[in-house]
Amino acid sequence: MGLSEAGIRELRELYKKREATPGQVVDELLRKIDKLNPRLHAFITVDHDAVYEQVRQAEQALGRPDAPVLCGIPIAIKDIFTTIGMRTTCASKILENFVPPYDATIVRKLKAAGAIILGKTNMDEFAMGSSTETSAFGPTRNPWKPDAVPGGSSGGSASAVAACMVPGALGTDTGGSIRQPAALCGIVGLKPTYGRVSRYGMIAFASSLDQGGTMTRSVYDSALLLEAIAGFDPLDSTSADMPVEPYSQLLARPRELRVGVPREYFVEGMDADVQASIQGAIETVKELGARIVDISLPHTRYAVAVYYILASSEASSNLARYDGVKYGSRSGPAQDLNNMYKDTRAKGFGREVRRRIMLGTFALSAGYYAAFYGKAQRARRLIQQDFDTAFGQCDVILAPTSPSPAFKLGAKLDDPLKMYLSDIFTIPLNLAGLPGVSIPCGFTKEGLPMGMQIIGRQFDEKTILSFADMYEQATTWHTRTPAI
Amino acid sequence: MGEGARCRVPLRANMSNKIIVDVKRVAELARLEFTDEELSVFSAQFQAILEYISQIDELKLDDVEPMSSPLPGPQRLRPDNPETGKGCRGLTREAAVANAPESRNGFFVVPRVIE
Repeated sequence: MGLSEAGIRELRELYKKREATPGQVVDELLRKIDKLNPRLHAFITVDHDAVYEQVRQAEQALGRPDAPVLCGIPIAIKDIFTTIGMRTTCASKILENFVPPYDATIVRKLKAAGAIILGKTNMDEFAMGSSTETSAFGPTRNPWKPDAVPGGSSGGSASAVAACMVPGALGTDTGGSIRQPAALCGIVGLKPTYGRVSRYGMIAFASSLDQGGTMTRSVYDSALLLEAIAGFDPLDSTSADMPVEPYSQLLARPRELRVGVPREYFVEGMDADVQASIQGAIETVKELGARIVDISLPHTRYAVAVYYILASSEASSNLARYDGVKYGSRSGPAQDLNNMYKDTRAKGFGREVRRRIMLGTFALSAGYYAAFYGKAQRARRLIQQDFDTAFGQCDVILAPTSPSPAFKLGAKLDDPLKMYLSDIFTIPLNLAGLPGVSIPCGFTKEGLPMGMQIIGRQFDEKTILSFADMYEQATTWHTRTPAI
Repeated sequence: MGEGARCRVPLRANMSNKIIVDVKRVAELARLEFTDEELSVFSAQFQAILEYISQIDELKLDDVEPMSSPLPGPQRLRPDNPETGKGCRGLTREAAVANAPESRNGFFVVPRVIE
């Protein structure tokens, strides 16, 4: 195993035994990025000087007995999190030259834990997309098959982790943007409970749905990263004041777990390979002692509609701040404020972002508010209640992450509705605020990875991670790496 | 960007009870612009999305409380006191305007709004 294939757990061991230094690891990863990034375009920004400055600090700190837990571990950051002094674009032209004056809370926490910020990863513009094709800087590609998408919106993070350019990355998940690319790239993607991780400095898309999380090549590594980034933050009014558990040390094999399988998640037209991989996973967890419970989430079919009304409405409000005045680019006539706004926004935002702002503006406009936004808010509660009822019968829910494996670039780009339906299995969790982890559970005949998600009760990351870890220990899917 | 939001988007219902949206009017409210070519592609897509999301009309929702946050309870507020040193609250004036497309003497510069 080369240094770039080592996970966070292995790197900590290597540092401890003095068999590798952060400098050697970073050398190897930057070499790999130089080689692969022109093809995969997983990173938007990699600042070598800034990286080596952090390496120097980490190498000094590593020798000390109080070295922090992620000391010298390189982590990539989705370009939606503000990083002090380092350009943060949200993959949008409108923020092309934005250099934040502050760090997002979870970036600050990673730095405090000793991590080396390796670079900023590509994404769908403002996290609006399921394929990383709406990035203003060009699409990211899937390391398993470079003419396929990596999923999205955290596709840069997923591609970078899967191609071993970095052992772990941060992503965000508003409707599946961590879990779906994790599934399509064959890695682990954890979306924590809404409120578990601070949203301060995470550029807002849909504030009642957005949640930051982790992307790694093992469940243990995600558990360890979650420990570092989770916790109450007074700077985020929706941050939950809940104790953070030492997740990586709690990965005990769960006993006699009841596993709910929602019948609504096995829809007609679902990819045959995906269906077979989930059936195989169900058999595996049965052999591991889990009891399978047939459950129903009857309002699942409305989730995508509810999501697109709420997420677009919140986005239209959140993105009103891009007006060409305080930060971001400006264009248009200098003498007319209204036309300056319109020109700035028309030139600065890509097609999908404008489409969603339009949808949200419409759903919130006088005469339509009650019919769209109001109804969607009520329907959202029904979706949450479905889960409440289901968790009366089971401890975790097992479901496919995505209805299909990675699709070809361009396949869904001109059909927004088709793209939206890629998130049919991931969206309900965001609406209900539940944690979910996607883990590799098989490969298609063409060798593309597939994932399943383990869904838990609010703030019960411990149980889903333990269950996912048990499955990972019993299978070998996560050990495969793309031949790129 | 507020005054337009109170204006009503004209609603027209055709024979099949479809919602016909005045896309140009919505674009005006959102302070966005589209070329004619974009507008024709966009209108068709917008219509398809609207028809899809209208399926929530099938649900009986009168007795369901609206849900604005996945977490129970009221949103936490802090006392409205100035703080320094945390997050970006220690921001200097220079740093605050550093990303502005145009600034002068620590102020944001905008097109003239008062004649």
